[in-house]
Amino acid sequence: MPNMSLKKNEMPAQEPNVRNKNFKEVALGYSEETALDEAARCLNCKNKPCVSGCPVNIDIPSFIHKVAESDFEGAYDVISQSSSLPAVCGRVCPQESQCEGKCVRGIKGDPVGIGRLERFVADRHNQHDDRPAAKPVPNGHKAAVIGAGPAGLTCAGDLAKMGYEVTVYEALHLAGGVLVYGIPEFRLPKAIVRKEIDGLKELGVTINTNTVIGKTITVDELFEQGYEAIFIGSGAGLPRFMGIPGENLKGVYSANEFLTRVNLMKAYNDDADTPVQHAKSVAVVGGGNVAMDAARCAKRLGAENVYIVYRRGEAEMPARNEEIEHAKEEGIIFKTLNNPVEILGDEHKFVTGMKCIEMELGEPDESGRRSPVEKKGSEFVLDVDCVIMSIGTSPNPLIRNTTKGLETNRKGCFVADENGLTSREGVYAGGDAVTGAATVILAMGAGKTAAKAMDEYMKSKS
Amino acid sequence: MYKIVRKKVLNPTITLMEIDAPMVAKKAEPGQFIILRVDEDGERIPLTVADFDRDKGTVTIIFQIVGATTEKLNHKNEGEYIQDFVGPLGVASHTEGLKKVAVVGGGVGCAIAYPIAKKLHSLGCEVHSIVGFRNKDLVILEDEFGKVSDKLCMMTDDGSHGTKGLVTDALKQLIESGEKYDEVIAIGPLIMMKFVCALTKQYDVKTVVSMNPIMIDGTGMCGGCRLTVGGETKFACVDGPDFDGHLVDFDEAMERSSMYKPFERSKHEAVCNLYKNA
Repeated sequence: MPNMSLKKNEMPAQEPNVRNKNFKEVALGYSEETALDEAARCLNCKNKPCVSGCPVNIDIPSFIHKVAESDFEGAYDVISQSSSLPAVCGRVCPQESQCEGKCVRGIKGDPVGIGRLERFVADRHNQHDDRPAAKPVPNGHKAAVIGAGPAGLTCAGDLAKMGYEVTVYEALHLAGGVLVYGIPEFRLPKAIVRKEIDGLKELGVTINTNTVIGKTITVDELFEQGYEAIFIGSGAGLPRFMGIPGENLKGVYSANEFLTRVNLMKAYNDDADTPVQHAKSVAVVGGGNVAMDAARCAKRLGAENVYIVYRRGEAEMPARNEEIEHAKEEGIIFKTLNNPVEILGDEHKFVTGMKCIEMELGEPDESGRRSPVEKKGSEFVLDVDCVIMSIGTSPNPLIRNTTKGLETNRKGCFVADENGLTSREGVYAGGDAVTGAATVILAMGAGKTAAKAMDEYMKSKS
Repeated sequence: MYKIVRKKVLNPTITLMEIDAPMVAKKAEPGQFIILRVDEDGERIPLTVADFDRDKGTVTIIFQIVGATTEKLNHKNEGEYIQDFVGPLGVASHTEGLKKVAVVGGGVGCAIAYPIAKKLHSLGCEVHSIVGFRNKDLVILEDEFGKVSDKLCMMTDDGSHGTKGLVTDALKQLIESGEKYDEVIAIGPLIMMKFVCALTKQYDVKTVVSMNPIMIDGTGMCGGCRLTVGGETKFACVDGPDFDGHLVDFDEAMERSSMYKPFERSKHEAVCNLYKNA
């Protein structure tokens, strides 16, 4: 008999007032007992609506069924047929709008905690399993992947499993992309990312860090080196600024810079070589998941007041509800319906405040969200010594500027068809480099789709 | 890991290292830079390429010991390795079509000015090099500059070597004496570049400067290196490091470069103490 409780099993978490002072993981994961109880809530539907909500089509009822039978490694095998990074996805996927959003149990009550179960299975595997990865039989063909983020790693993993000799090129000194420079330790411990990447290496994937495609080596040179197909998963790494006065004052960061200093360069450790400002009051401008991450990092670095300044209302925020709730619990102050107009500084050009104007919501704009309109005469100064701009990113131009025949759109994103094929034969692209800033799992889905198309392409040629 | 194949102390504060990095050496051009990390968990620092040897597969860097990272780097010896070395980054200096150029270098900036002077010389351009140092003990690359320059003005603040005075004094004299330059290329401390630009603006001589602001990734990702150039925000790492000096807001650049001064000072002290106690 399935467990008919309407409530999803809670996942234990660090207390808000404790966790907002450390960088350890917030959510602590299910115990075996809780996992079994939660798995029993799955009705094992025949038509599997949840699977249709998963960008990488994990056979969800099947892995949950294995959990319910206490066959945890069996569950892991089911997930890993479709996903290269289960411990990551179990943590950062927006399940509420994907698998869990389609769960039948969600019609009356909470959906099955699919994400939490995925996380449990992956963590348990990582803690207990030391089976050597089954080395795929080499098929004698070579493929290159540009960018060791979620899209590239997924594409590389899938191609490696098919027997391709895969080399991943990464610009930074560490593989992982946004998983290591962007998403903070307390939401996604870096040891987990490392473990998943080690898994790919065991499959035979080579990762060359410190290689900037378009600078160190070009796409054309990769073809000359004998790669038969190339996947570009270079992400959307270029930060946007607002273009308001005072943005170059000391204490104004892009969210990318702030998060890279804190996460990749570990500036939260006192003995780190890379500095970051330990501000007293911080304004984070923007309402996405990245803004929540930046705000929560700033709080943990010791800021007394951390504000989220967002020009629309809370309902319009693009961040996940869970992230907004976590931020609020940790004491982040939400200043919605406010927009910065100027950043103020002292004679040494350090930030002393941010002038904002109040907004109200008008008619819906092209995105369907009600567009914010300034309230005349409502300017006020928010007393802050640090401002973090988290208003989006766009793709890096390095590859498109150095590669002939690669079409991009007006936003600088690569144009690719539904299989990831770009305007150039043998070159595929996916993830934020194609869509603009989106989610980890969508990038993984794109990497997966492209891997399949690249396989067909390379086979058709040989 | 990247091997240090040669190390040479140029003066008490400036060291040269030749690094085995064939992929970088293959592509490097004067004016571009690399980013390195000395060790695991180290800081990423940008250094402009001082020279490269495509056949040997090496890239030469010349750095001044100013903080914790350069101090640690300086303690590495020939045959040892550094953790990371990535490049070449940024846009190469524009050298095509120039007939007569004044290359102005200040202090360790001479290390970056030298490969540009060398390239210009090899392209048949008339090169007048003006190099400035605090005193004779700090002079670097004098012979090298001599070989690639049609005229070399050696300046020291205290007159202990060459002529006493600032690089701007020498440049002013040359321009006043009727030398007509297609371009002045100035590389050195921000304050020097600011005054070179103020001078050349009076004579309406196009001036290119090489900016070296604080940066992390060097590929346009962090935006920490942003500068105001002609009223627009530019990223030194991808739009530069070379910019039209008459358009650069040097005062802002100087302020921004001091952002982490207290941190840098205490880190440097901590590292120095570490070596003292070792």
